[in-house]
Amino acid sequence: MDLNTVRQVRSPSSADEVADWPAGHAWLSGGTWLMSEPQPGIDTLVDLNGLNWPALMASDAGLEIAATATIGALADFSAPSDWTAAPLLRACAHALLMSFKVADVATVGGNICMSLPAGAMVSLTVALEATYVLWPRAGAPRTVAAKDFVTGNHANVLAPGELLRAIHVPAASFKRRFALRRASLTKLGRSAALLIGTSGPNGDLLLTITASTPRPVQLRFAVMPDADALQAALAGAIPADGWFDDVNGTPAYKRHLTVHFAEEIRAELAAGRRDA
Amino acid sequence: MTYSIDGRTVAAEPCPGQCLRTFLRESGALGVKKGCDAGDCGACTVWLDGRPVHSCLMPAFRAKGRQVTTVQGLASGNDLHPVQQAFLEAQAFQCGFCAAGMIMTVAALDEDQRADLPRALKGNLCRCTGYRSIADAVHGVAAIEQDVAGAACGASLPNPFSAGIVTGHARYTMDVDAADPALRGLLHLKVLRSPHAHARILRIDTAKALAIPGVVAVFTHEDVPKKLFSTATHEDHLVDPDDTLILDDVARFVGQRIAAVVAETEGAAEAGCRALEVDYEILPAVFDPVDAMAPDAPLLHPGNDGLAGGARGNVFLCLKGEVGSVAEGFAAAAVVHEETYSTSRVQHAHLETHGSIAWRDGEGRIHVRTSTQAPFITHRKLCYLFGIFPHDLHVFTERVGGGFGGKQEMLSEDLCVLATLKLGRPVKWEFTRPEEFLGATSRHQMTTRVKMGATADGTLTALEVHVVSNTGAYGGHGGETLAAALGSPLAAYRCPAKKAEGHAVYTNVIPGGGFRGYGASQTSFAIESALDDLAAKLGIDPFAIRRRNMIRPDDVIQSVWAEPSDVAFGSYGLDQCLDLVEAELASGKGERTPEGDWAEGTGVALAVLEAGPPTEHRSGGEMRLLADGTYHLAVGSTEMGNGSVTAHRQIAAAVLGTRAEAIAIINADTDRAPYDTGTFASTGTVVAGQAVELTARALAAEILAYAARRTNTAPEDWRLAADAVESATQRISLAELCRLAAAEGHGLEAKRKAYLSPRTIGFNVQGVRLAVHRVTGEIRILHSVHAADIGRLINPLQCRGQIEGAVAMGLGWALTEHMVHDAQGNVVNAALRNYHIPAFADTPRTTVLFADTHDTIGPLGAKAQGECAINAVAPAVANALANATGVRFAHLPFTPDRIFDRLGGLESRPL
Ligand code: FES
Ligand code: FES
Repeated sequence: MDLNTVRQVRSPSSADEVADWPAGHAWLSGGTWLMSEPQPGIDTLVDLNGLNWPALMASDAGLEIAATATIGALADFSAPSDWTAAPLLRACAHALLMSFKVADVATVGGNICMSLPAGAMVSLTVALEATYVLWPRAGAPRTVAAKDFVTGNHANVLAPGELLRAIHVPAASFKRRFALRRASLTKLGRSAALLIGTSGPNGDLLLTITASTPRPVQLRFAVMPDADALQAALAGAIPADGWFDDVNGTPAYKRHLTVHFAEEIRAELAAGRRDA
Repeated sequence: MTYSIDGRTVAAEPCPGQCLRTFLRESGALGVKKGCDAGDCGACTVWLDGRPVHSCLMPAFRAKGRQVTTVQGLASGNDLHPVQQAFLEAQAFQCGFCAAGMIMTVAALDEDQRADLPRALKGNLCRCTGYRSIADAVHGVAAIEQDVAGAACGASLPNPFSAGIVTGHARYTMDVDAADPALRGLLHLKVLRSPHAHARILRIDTAKALAIPGVVAVFTHEDVPKKLFSTATHEDHLVDPDDTLILDDVARFVGQRIAAVVAETEGAAEAGCRALEVDYEILPAVFDPVDAMAPDAPLLHPGNDGLAGGARGNVFLCLKGEVGSVAEGFAAAAVVHEETYSTSRVQHAHLETHGSIAWRDGEGRIHVRTSTQAPFITHRKLCYLFGIFPHDLHVFTERVGGGFGGKQEMLSEDLCVLATLKLGRPVKWEFTRPEEFLGATSRHQMTTRVKMGATADGTLTALEVHVVSNTGAYGGHGGETLAAALGSPLAAYRCPAKKAEGHAVYTNVIPGGGFRGYGASQTSFAIESALDDLAAKLGIDPFAIRRRNMIRPDDVIQSVWAEPSDVAFGSYGLDQCLDLVEAELASGKGERTPEGDWAEGTGVALAVLEAGPPTEHRSGGEMRLLADGTYHLAVGSTEMGNGSVTAHRQIAAAVLGTRAEAIAIINADTDRAPYDTGTFASTGTVVAGQAVELTARALAAEILAYAARRTNTAPEDWRLAADAVESATQRISLAELCRLAAAEGHGLEAKRKAYLSPRTIGFNVQGVRLAVHRVTGEIRILHSVHAADIGRLINPLQCRGQIEGAVAMGLGWALTEHMVHDAQGNVVNAALRNYHIPAFADTPRTTVLFADTHDTIGPLGAKAQGECAINAVAPAVANALANATGVRFAHLPFTPDRIFDRLGGLESRPL
């Protein structure tokens, strides 16, 4: 929609050109959320397109995803063949409510900075143990673990004007086995629960719970737990009132799905290990 | 740098925060539509360098130096793009508002995407079609037939505006050319809406708003005529309470309009609204209609004395009736079933929002271009409110992008006219999508207690219902929907004793309004669910119990009132419908049960529809033979995707023995068409269609009589052919005849009126086979079957499309849609991404079957087509769910989170 309060668009060619950050400034990445709701408080858009950050850079170290990489590009990334967890890229892109047309424009960084419970780029990068590079308006860049970035529904650790520059996914994360479960109230709708489990050669389990909780919850088990241990850990990690309440599913339902999917993921990864 | 739009170079510079959609429309690409303005509906889809994007989400400046292609630039010259051609040949649209975005999306899909349409089309919503025809278009399935003279009735002819719709050149309400001299100086109106569910306005300070550059005027309750009215449109204005002011000093729901700001730009009008300072005295609010009936409940309309006199508190209307004695009937029953069922508040979500444009011409006449189902009633209401002499007001529609009852309401016209009268300048107001959820209307939420008794063989002995209808803050349609709720769903069954009582109750929520199915949907859900529950107790098959009790042609059509009614069997095909659905469900077609922990079940429900409202309804037609031998037809009814224009042309062509193409039609225009009450309550065919038939017959007679007079022969010697009159020995072309008549100063023309009485009766049966996942609660419709008795099919393709659309809407009501209010009365999900209407992925293909009947009341044997199918859908789903799980879910909608804990899923599973 028209953002009629916007008076100017700044188009820096380097982030350093934006030293000040007055109230009313907003970074414009894909713009697909920004333009989707009234933003009466915004008078200046600062366009990230001119920064020309290379979207996706794969190396032996892993994958560096520019915050401005589109979700569509990430979904279409062709990964090295030993990156067994790479199908998660597309699966998480598809877990989003947005159509392919929006995913072609919406960016990975935008989705992460929105920090919605059902933000599947958060789910993806937390599950893959990514780190985020943040550029404050003043001072040195900092890194933060993906799992620590989102602090609540639509809330995160970014300071005003601070920019998410890139997401580093370590290669080791891509070399794990994975299982994903998701449900929504409507077909291909917004996630009510999105759980991703990964397991390495040593048979551990890393379980990432998103959408059903206001912020990601991650459970780490050095060895594959049994069903009871998993449920006990879940109960310990998420209090009874810790489930997200919105129109995409009641808290009770989200809890129910999470309990069910966690066990399905555990069973699938445990079985895969035995098969291996 | 410049912009390239459909090959044109545009030098304009967009505003900094402007989205591409607005920029494109300002540059003349009006085919690009605004459905949600938020990225959810896809109506605004265009290509940017060949890739489809939602132009409402794209900052306009990002299109600089790139190629923009809109639906208007897709065809090369006069040759339609193959996807445009495919949409035309499959008639993959009804109102057509979604078509531009749908076509631009489909035309960009690759093979993989075409093979996965549920995913590929998840960003494109269509509220009308149910998507089957869209899938057919994608797969190149053509459905239209040839337009053959004399064979128009019964042919699947295309919508006469098809070419305009698929090329983006069809003009909807808001598609105006900024350079139009009539609209010079166009102002934009925005309203401030109440943040409180119940509050008295103590003070509105407009100074800051008026100080904003571009703001021209602010209107508050002090500026409006002190005349109470109802926004609901009916021929008989007394059926709706006069409880509304254009702007009131009391807000009765969150979202009620408080003040209107008129400005040179939309941005200034929005800023003006934000700058208004309003002091409210918060009043206690009540949201539940049962609470609202309590003696100490806060009163919404303290002066409410109802339509029949007497202080009624918050009860707008109470209706009661009994035929026979239910007490005796229950005493005679072997089994009695009693249960409470409830339905949810839902929104029409027509893809084109409400909106109007008003202006004054050089002679002082006011013109209102608006998105309405009832231009003539709107005309009268505006005359009344503003004291305008009827001749000085002109109300008309362009193409209307969907209605479904939501536009049987005057919601945007009044403020535009007010502002135009005060300011003398053209004024436009277009609802945003959130405003549809906040400040339009909704389907009445109803809670229905059903009590049914039957003998051991399943013969009903007594049927009793109690309905509580939440009419919200204003009572428009509250009485008529309540009457409908107590009407046809009970009349559907033969039973010696029936009793009903209903209350329509004011509460502090968004008002109820007309909505496809109109009250009968709600009680159909309850009674059809209850009948299955009763059948289960008796161990009787759901089809069998319906056959045992359903109304038959020798029965009296009667609900709970003993007085004679004007409803009559023009035809009867309910038995056929049940047989068709039963056989199709038994055929084993449809999808197989998915692998995993799913429970499968089937369900059926029926619905009876009186074709037309019990209130007065009338329509007129005018026809003229034109100089080129073709015909002009004017009819007042509205086309909003219901297909009436297509059907009316076919009716006229059939009577006149010509091709539909030879009938040029105009409609829904108080200057250019005869009076029509409005296109709602299934009247497009049975009233307006009848007016067309009568008019065409009169014109045919007139033409033959004139030919006879000219030739000194008898009219019986002549017959009307496609483009001539013929006798055994002579032939005069229609063009020649017209010329001869004109030379004598004689016009070959006719005008007729049609009234709605008697009303015929139509039937619908929905069958559903579904699977429900015992753990996640996901419901998959495996087979959807619908049989309709709508008389003769004037246009089979269109009839099928209307039913598919109604079934999809019914599935939305059953499975996904629900307006959620918080404890303060705020709507929580006022956006299409949070209020989920069925998308392609949610909508199964429905097998549509027709009973073979020919109606003796409706025009050319036809009955109403567009409305009725919805009523049987939700109860069929509910019954299938009960059949699958053994659990009765009695409250809509069946979203997984509302049903999962009663499916017996996890408990039985080791964890
Ligand atoms: S108007 Fe752009 S997606 Fe609905
Ligand atoms: S035809 Fe698709 S919204 Fe009306």
